Amino acid sequence: MEHIRTPKVENVRMFDKLTPRKCMVGTLYLSSTHTIFVENSEARKETWILHSLMSNVERLPTNPSGSPLIIRCKNFHVYRLLIPQEKDCVDVLASLTRLSHPERYGELFCFSFNPNLDKELREKAWAFIDLKAEFIRMGIPRNLWHATAANHEHRLCDTYPSELYVPKSVSPAVIVGSAKFRSRGRLPVLSYYHRDSSASICRSSQPLSGFSARSSDDEQMLQAIMKSNPVSEFMYVVDTRPKLNAVANRAAGKGYENEDHYTNIKLQFIGIENIHVMRNSQQKLIDVGDLVAPTMSDFLWGLENSGWLKHIKAVLDAGVFIAKAVAEDGVSVLVHCSDGWDRTAQACSVASVLLDSYYRTIKGLMVLIEKDWVSFGHKFSHRYAHLDGDPKEVSPVMDQFLECVWQLMQQFPCAFEFNERFLIQLHTHIYSCQYGNFIGNCQKERRDLKLQERTHSLWPHLWENRAEYTNPLYRNDHSQTQGVLKPLTTAYCFKFWKGMYGRAEKSVTSQSPADCLNAVREESQQLEEELSTHQERIVELKEKTSGERKKTKKLSERARRPIPSECELGSPLDYFTTPRSEKHTPPFTLPLELAAQPKSGDPDDLSTCSDFESGVADLSSHSSSAGDDAKDPD
Amino acid sequence: MELSEHIRTANVEDVTLRRPFHPALRGTLCVTSHHLLFSDRKDEDSWQLLILLRNIDATEKSVENLFGYPRAVGSSGTITIKCKDLLVLQLEIPGMEECLNIASSIEALSALESVTEMYPFFYRPSHLTLHGPWGLSSTEKYYKQTERLWDRWRVSTVNSDYSVCPSYPHAVIVPREVDDEKLVQSARFRQGGRFPVLSYCHHRNGMVIMRSSQPLTGANRKRCKEDELLLQAVIDGSLLGYIIDLRSTQQAQQARMTGGGFESKSCYSHWKRIHRHHERGKVLQESLIKLVEACSDPSHSVDRWLSKLENSKWLSHVHSALSTAGLVVECVERDGHSVLVHGSEGTDSTLLVSSLAQLILDPASRTLTGFLGLLERDWIQAGHPFQQRCAHSAYSHARLKQECPSFLLLLDCVWQVWRQFPLALEFSEALLLRLAQEVYASNYGTFLCNNEQERCAAGVKENTHCLFQSLLSPDIEEQYLNPLYEPTDLAIWPSVHPQSLQLWTGLFLRWTEYAQNMEEAREEVWSIVKEHRERAGPDRTNNTPSTHCDTLTPFENLMDELTIL
Repeated sequence: MEHIRTPKVENVRMFDKLTPRKCMVGTLYLSSTHTIFVENSEARKETWILHSLMSNVERLPTNPSGSPLIIRCKNFHVYRLLIPQEKDCVDVLASLTRLSHPERYGELFCFSFNPNLDKELREKAWAFIDLKAEFIRMGIPRNLWHATAANHEHRLCDTYPSELYVPKSVSPAVIVGSAKFRSRGRLPVLSYYHRDSSASICRSSQPLSGFSARSSDDEQMLQAIMKSNPVSEFMYVVDTRPKLNAVANRAAGKGYENEDHYTNIKLQFIGIENIHVMRNSQQKLIDVGDLVAPTMSDFLWGLENSGWLKHIKAVLDAGVFIAKAVAEDGVSVLVHCSDGWDRTAQACSVASVLLDSYYRTIKGLMVLIEKDWVSFGHKFSHRYAHLDGDPKEVSPVMDQFLECVWQLMQQFPCAFEFNERFLIQLHTHIYSCQYGNFIGNCQKERRDLKLQERTHSLWPHLWENRAEYTNPLYRNDHSQTQGVLKPLTTAYCFKFWKGMYGRAEKSVTSQSPADCLNAVREESQQLEEELSTHQERIVELKEKTSGERKKTKKLSERARRPIPSECELGSPLDYFTTPRSEKHTPPFTLPLELAAQPKSGDPDDLSTCSDFESGVADLSSHSSSAGDDAKDPD
Repeated sequence: MELSEHIRTANVEDVTLRRPFHPALRGTLCVTSHHLLFSDRKDEDSWQLLILLRNIDATEKSVENLFGYPRAVGSSGTITIKCKDLLVLQLEIPGMEECLNIASSIEALSALESVTEMYPFFYRPSHLTLHGPWGLSSTEKYYKQTERLWDRWRVSTVNSDYSVCPSYPHAVIVPREVDDEKLVQSARFRQGGRFPVLSYCHHRNGMVIMRSSQPLTGANRKRCKEDELLLQAVIDGSLLGYIIDLRSTQQAQQARMTGGGFESKSCYSHWKRIHRHHERGKVLQESLIKLVEACSDPSHSVDRWLSKLENSKWLSHVHSALSTAGLVVECVERDGHSVLVHGSEGTDSTLLVSSLAQLILDPASRTLTGFLGLLERDWIQAGHPFQQRCAHSAYSHARLKQECPSFLLLLDCVWQVWRQFPLALEFSEALLLRLAQEVYASNYGTFLCNNEQERCAAGVKENTHCLFQSLLSPDIEEQYLNPLYEPTDLAIWPSVHPQSLQLWTGLFLRWTEYAQNMEEAREEVWSIVKEHRERAGPDRTNNTPSTHCDTLTPFENLMDELTIL
């Protein structure tokens, strides 16, 4: 609370990017966790912005109508405010800058977030995902694989979970020896076992091979992993880095496996770029989404220039390669990159989604994230900037995984139990710090923070609301649902994820067939219920004749779905505005001028426009602003 | 010359057919006057492929001896057939001579010039009769249905012998107070005689969308009093009308040098002109060619694909067509003024913009029947020269003459609208795909010739069947219906933000694996809806609910629409 200088600012304007002429006047409140904008309108609509979701708060030069403030969020929402007094704006900026950059874990929202669960429920919630059960579900043959206690109390590798699955044939000495030969002790361990082919996916970090070093323990480890798959004669080592990067690492005493030293391995480089490249690429992509009135060419060129879809393809390609090796060739795969917590996690989890239909269910995806990301030490707090820290550690690694899943959903609309909303919700919570699941960088850190006692788990919350996240086209007996997915990775299959990056456009399109289908389903069920209730009633009626009418009425009310209100058919855009080619029109200049003018009577709003505003002010006034275009050539 | 004289080899055995994503098939190939027929040799349920020769856009032959071909003796050849619906097939034909014969027959028969030799004049399915009514809509019918018109507008038959404007239908709707003599004068002042006629009257406020060609003002700024009076009568005392000129200001000025021009402010004082540049003709055709080329090479990297997509400019054309249509709608619906749309000839982008605007404005044109009626009035009867524009598609090596994919662009724009408003249109993507195919090669006479006059002369109505009527017959109608249709009276404002416009994968990637999964998804949608209808019983089928329970989510509107339905 001590960081809040001005808890309340009145007469603040909030702008909509799409219809810049439209703005809402209201009051801005700052709490310790949220910034809340309450509209002065009768509806008193509230907009809550979580401080931990803010990535950047920026103040633009003050102009006659006030001081503009732009809040950019980690989930790509952008809020544009106009604060009448410069002093207030400076105060708000200072408060938000501090509040959105917590310095200690204790300041994070999850430690104050209290959904009123008693202790027992909270514990139960944390036990919702059980990784031990997951390894059993995979059907690991007990004679070949087992859980080792070698990493008990994290003494072997502090970023790994305490329970690791390794081939039964390796001795504790080999495990220790192998860990010593791997960067940060992240030795090869089991990530996924594919029952149908008895091939497995293992993961590790890069070996400390340098130019010539070798370790017989590590070699034995790989040999044992290969032998744990009785049918194959070799195994793949997938190095997800570009070969050049891997070679460069040798100079630092790291590198990749020498095929001469390890028997029967095949080394494969995939070429996923490092976190710095990805961070820059995403920034460019966000900029593309931010363009004001871009032309089609601006947009496509920006998309190409960002390289984002190329990187998504690289991650998916890695997954496809691994899935094919495991399912079709029956060959086990060891996946690593440098540290084995970013690209390795991406490649393993994408491959798992392709291989196992369980991971394409709501619960399954939670399990997969818990296993491949949370427990194996993906550095959530660093990558998603939970705390004020090194900006070079930040990178959209998980964003890319979620996007790969989304791209797959585009190709296989019936194969996933969850919908896009689920992925977006996951994305938000990875950044939001509202729940304890993604706090910290590894299991040990989370244990030390006592997260299970002090915070709540996201998973049961999502599970309770799963109806909202269900894809209506999913059926567990559908042909797309079964077996291994074999996606096309042709360039034209990769699309810009509008739902994620194009959120500024929210008011435009809102007819969703998926929602409609869900509603259809729901109504079918309700009708059936209704039928059975009616039948019961008929039986009852034979005895008693009163009360019938009431009940029927109530039921049919329930069955009726909300009818789309006028707001759902898009809103008239400003078709008068000619697309400008400048990349960044300075925000606010135009809207403010116009907002300052009193509006000359709204055109009667017969159309379906969502909002009560007149996105298009009166035509005559700005058709002249359409510029040269409209000038009479006479 | 008889058609059959083009056929030198009618039958070849042992032909291998290769299609994308299907195993190769061996069978017999047959060439007839209008078709290419392939049937595999499996005994019982033999599989057949029947391709209209008219559908073939280009053939490429190579007569080398293929490596690994089982019949080592003798030579063989491969014909690659590229169809106007973008399908590409390969036929391996044993015998070099046969191969060359077949190829030359295909080339000759696929490029027939004479309309009456085309297949619609020979298509005689047993379930259809030639004597039934032809077509769905007409000027007169539209006038009768639209009560709002009766007061101030009339149907003029000044063009009944097509002498005033050869490309207009026999009847047009014009202001009541303008007599036929004035129309004749106005027609003389407009390119190709296409004087301003009514295309649409808005049911809400009676404002109208007119269309015409450019006025022939020329370099010395000629005027035509009758034309000015005609336009004055359109707005009837109201203060303002909009002229949407589909050329840039510069182009419009240049047009004066060649006798064309634009309505100047001084002569048409109550009309405000807005220029919007639209590409036409050759540029559009080349854009299509580039796009199809980009789509047919799956080896592109993401960067290269995006750069080729951008370079084709196809989506830019979609973007500008939808934006201008949105502008027209804004004038009519929100601003409450009438609009005149024209470019230069008034037969391509003019029709594109005016019909898209109607789709956005008018709920009646969003039904299956209404949409087909709209196409019939605003494209076929309005004189879009289909025969010239659709002579070739994206693969042809022939020198371009008057080809231009205006209609395909319309279908793409409609698809974009449909994708953004998946519940608002009664028809499905399947209809748009079917039309995209039929417009280039058809069993039906609907898209033959360039205008009504030519169709009358060729006897199209008497001698061919009507596509639109056949699409509406109950047994096939269902596949063209949108299972999620929920009529709405409101205008549907499409988003024209570039990120809201997408490549029409259903058309351009139609013959890839990509389309397969989408097909399954569509079936799934149908099965859910049908299941629901069965449960709900017949009386509730019209109540298919549509919901937007976005209020449930803490983060509003996160859901992009599924793009697949």
